[in-house]
Amino acid sequence: MQSSVAETASPKFGAAFDAKWVVIGISLVVVAILALVPFCFMIWQSFHTPETASSPSVFTLGNYVTAYTNPETVAIFWNSVQFALGTSLLAFVIGTALAWMNERTNTPLRRLFFALSIVPLIIPGILFTISWIMLASPKIGLLNTWAMAIFGLNSPPFNIYSMWGMIWVDALHCSPMAFLLMSSAFKAMDPSLEESAVMSGSSILNTLRRITLKLAYPAIMATVLTLFVNTIASFEVPALLGLPAGIQVFTSAIYQAIHQYPSQIGLAASYSVILLLLTTGGIYVQSRISSTGSKYATVTGKGFRPRTIDLGLWRYFTMAIFIVYFLFIVVLPFLVLLWSSLQKFYAPPSVEALSRITLDGYRYILGSESIRNAVLNSLWMSFATATAVMLLAAVVCWIVVKTKIRGRWLLDNLASLPMVFPGLVLGVSIMIFYLTFDIGIYGTFWIILLAYVTRFLPYGLRYSTTSMLQIHKDLEESGGMSGGSWFTVFRRIILPLLKPGLVAGWIYVMIVSIRELSTSILLYSPGNEVISIVIWELWENGQYVELSALSVLFILLLLVLVGIAQMAGKRFGVKDS
Amino acid sequence: MLNVSGLHTEYVSDKGVVVKAAQDVSFEVPEGQLFTLLGPSGCGKTTTLRSIAGLEKPTEGVITVSGTAVYNSAQKVFIPPNKRGFGMVFQSYAIWPHMTVFQNASFPLEVGQKKYSRKDIETKVMRVLDSVELAQYADRDATRLSGGQQQRLALARALVMEPKLLLLDEPLSNLDAKLREKMRFELKKIQRELGITTIYVTHDQSEALALSHEIAVMRNGRIMQIGTPRQIYETPNTEFVADFVGTINFIKATVRSVDAAARDMVVDSEIGTVQVPMIHDFHVGEEVQVCVRPEDVHLSDSTPPVSHTNHYLGTVFAKIFLGDVLDFQVQVNDKVMLARVHPSQKTPVGAPIHIVLDPSDCIVLKQEN
Repeated sequence: MQSSVAETASPKFGAAFDAKWVVIGISLVVVAILALVPFCFMIWQSFHTPETASSPSVFTLGNYVTAYTNPETVAIFWNSVQFALGTSLLAFVIGTALAWMNERTNTPLRRLFFALSIVPLIIPGILFTISWIMLASPKIGLLNTWAMAIFGLNSPPFNIYSMWGMIWVDALHCSPMAFLLMSSAFKAMDPSLEESAVMSGSSILNTLRRITLKLAYPAIMATVLTLFVNTIASFEVPALLGLPAGIQVFTSAIYQAIHQYPSQIGLAASYSVILLLLTTGGIYVQSRISSTGSKYATVTGKGFRPRTIDLGLWRYFTMAIFIVYFLFIVVLPFLVLLWSSLQKFYAPPSVEALSRITLDGYRYILGSESIRNAVLNSLWMSFATATAVMLLAAVVCWIVVKTKIRGRWLLDNLASLPMVFPGLVLGVSIMIFYLTFDIGIYGTFWIILLAYVTRFLPYGLRYSTTSMLQIHKDLEESGGMSGGSWFTVFRRIILPLLKPGLVAGWIYVMIVSIRELSTSILLYSPGNEVISIVIWELWENGQYVELSALSVLFILLLLVLVGIAQMAGKRFGVKDS
Repeated sequence: MLNVSGLHTEYVSDKGVVVKAAQDVSFEVPEGQLFTLLGPSGCGKTTTLRSIAGLEKPTEGVITVSGTAVYNSAQKVFIPPNKRGFGMVFQSYAIWPHMTVFQNASFPLEVGQKKYSRKDIETKVMRVLDSVELAQYADRDATRLSGGQQQRLALARALVMEPKLLLLDEPLSNLDAKLREKMRFELKKIQRELGITTIYVTHDQSEALALSHEIAVMRNGRIMQIGTPRQIYETPNTEFVADFVGTINFIKATVRSVDAAARDMVVDSEIGTVQVPMIHDFHVGEEVQVCVRPEDVHLSDSTPPVSHTNHYLGTVFAKIFLGDVLDFQVQVNDKVMLARVHPSQKTPVGAPIHIVLDPSDCIVLKQEN
């Protein structure tokens, strides 16, 4: 059958066939370079001494010996695990409680719960951490000042520079993610599974224990693991809160190893490999649980709405809990940044301080050319990243979903490989590679762009794959039957149908890349800063007022971008992720 | 045995609109009977069933079972669903995927108020699994059952606790056509054998006719008519019921004359003069619908030998061969009627045809706008 089709095909068909293979070949090569090369090279580097002007790089196990025998490493390992576990569990408890309140009870203010899905996008990690330092640091923290004044204490009750402080801040920051994951788990549960237990005579507690929790088990494990992998790769919190207290985790240790003099690249590389093993292990376990959990996937019939538990007067109590949470996660951080941006020098709020309100901080930010450059850099960088990512993702997901090319699973895994990389580790590996193989991009704008595209390709791929899976084969085939070449069909049928997923992915990648820090912090150079880097530098210089002004403006910019995303989502008919 | 009186249930939809799902629903079901709530989607039948189960909280009304009230709005009685002892089969079956077939069926005996020994549980469960022919799958993972098997397991689970009342929410709608017909027989057999009072919800009118002792046809939250299957089919009280259950021809007409003594009427209709029985009190000039089932439209090629009162001449508009019957569309004046005849009727399309309607087959209803 195949041969007869080829024989009767028009000459034009033969030429288009080549175009297809060229495109496929190029994308394979690009993805391989992006994903594999830095990764392999980092492993290579971990086994070699750093190349310096005086001595070439030699093979050594010294890095790993140092890493494993150094007692500090054990401390780093335990700190990392403690930090990640503590944060995951706390974020999980908070997120699940909120998800249960929202999905299964008649707690009021349901609309406000949905704002939780955009809060983490609007307030990046570095701003959230800094704002909590301003709230709970022993010296300048507002909550400490007030608590001491109100309760007449001698010493500040809260110390954010501690393991508990780190856990608290990162757990708060991650909790919306836990909320979203557990919410969708609760939504996906067929309510008739619980109702039939009730009809069979089971009490509410029994139903929870024997049915609900057992059914939610895969979702619970997946959520905790996602949080764990996320936290162990977290950089801002350990760097800003842990280092001043002498608490090192892998990410902050890697950063310090690089910023020492002389730079301990080999050590950084071996730490990175260990961290990579932890994240890969976590992701692997998670994917195994997801695949066995799929037998629990319930197909709801008519989808009768789940029975919400009537809490009676207790629902005002749960509403209060939610309001307090919202204060902690959005209102207080934003207000403290706003307050500090309006001061000449940082001071806790008082009537007297109110009289000293000034817009100097904003004037500085808006007047500084280097900061304006950074903003333009950020916008341009995220624009370029989003475009490159979505174009590449469109081709890759077409290959993976629509063709029968052998080894396309390899392409899919390669493109998704960067997901196991903590942002910092990706920065390390790219830095090392392009330092050694100097093609002239180290220290330029392009290396950051390369890193961003690598890092965010998996996210773009997820959006375009979801869209691609919904394009029925018939639509393509009828295009071919009507006489279109492969390229025409791709351009005029596939791409337009992919548009909603591509647009949604583009906007999402743009938003997450514009607030990125942990990858660019090792790759930037003067003149190539992005907004997050500028904030970092201002913090290191102690310029709290200017930093707060920039933060406030940054949050407003992100709010605008997310608003556009929501509008575009409605227009292109895409549900929010 | 079950008495529902003045039931009102409402809920708030996603858009914040209050939906009056069940309004003033009242009916009674004697012991051992199968009572069906029949109607299109959104008519309130499932809401009514769930209100009886206790999964929905009504706003007003009384529900009593064997004299005990499980819900009484005036006296503020509401027995929670897990204390009512009703067996329920959900439309999606709600089989728990993390348990085996045996564990699914034994659950009600383990969590109920009455405590059973392990031996008792095993005996009861195996007995009920046997009755639905699932005994050999007892140790199998519940997810590894086919649709029909899952449905039988759901039924077994509902029956194992020997409930006072059995509630079935469209239990056959997820099965394919052949399986559905088979299960219809099974369900009827089990229900009649056990003599368990059953409330059945469905939108499929043939299911309702086949299984029920009595049917309540519902629309927009209200009960339109309650009756035996035959009563519902042969004497519908509204256009909606006439059209929803089976197929029917609606012929618009106006009353010309009334014979109160003989309980007869003559009406002028789209197809001509029709003589019909007078079931309700109509008066001259009133607009009515003459409703005739397709199987009651008698066709013949030639003039019938005996003269009939309702005799018309029409042409064959279309024919559809269905194997066991032949559907004719016949046109009289501008009106096209559906007739269902034996496949031996060979009149070709476009040919003239004689149509006879027996007056006793004509159901006359008030014309609704």
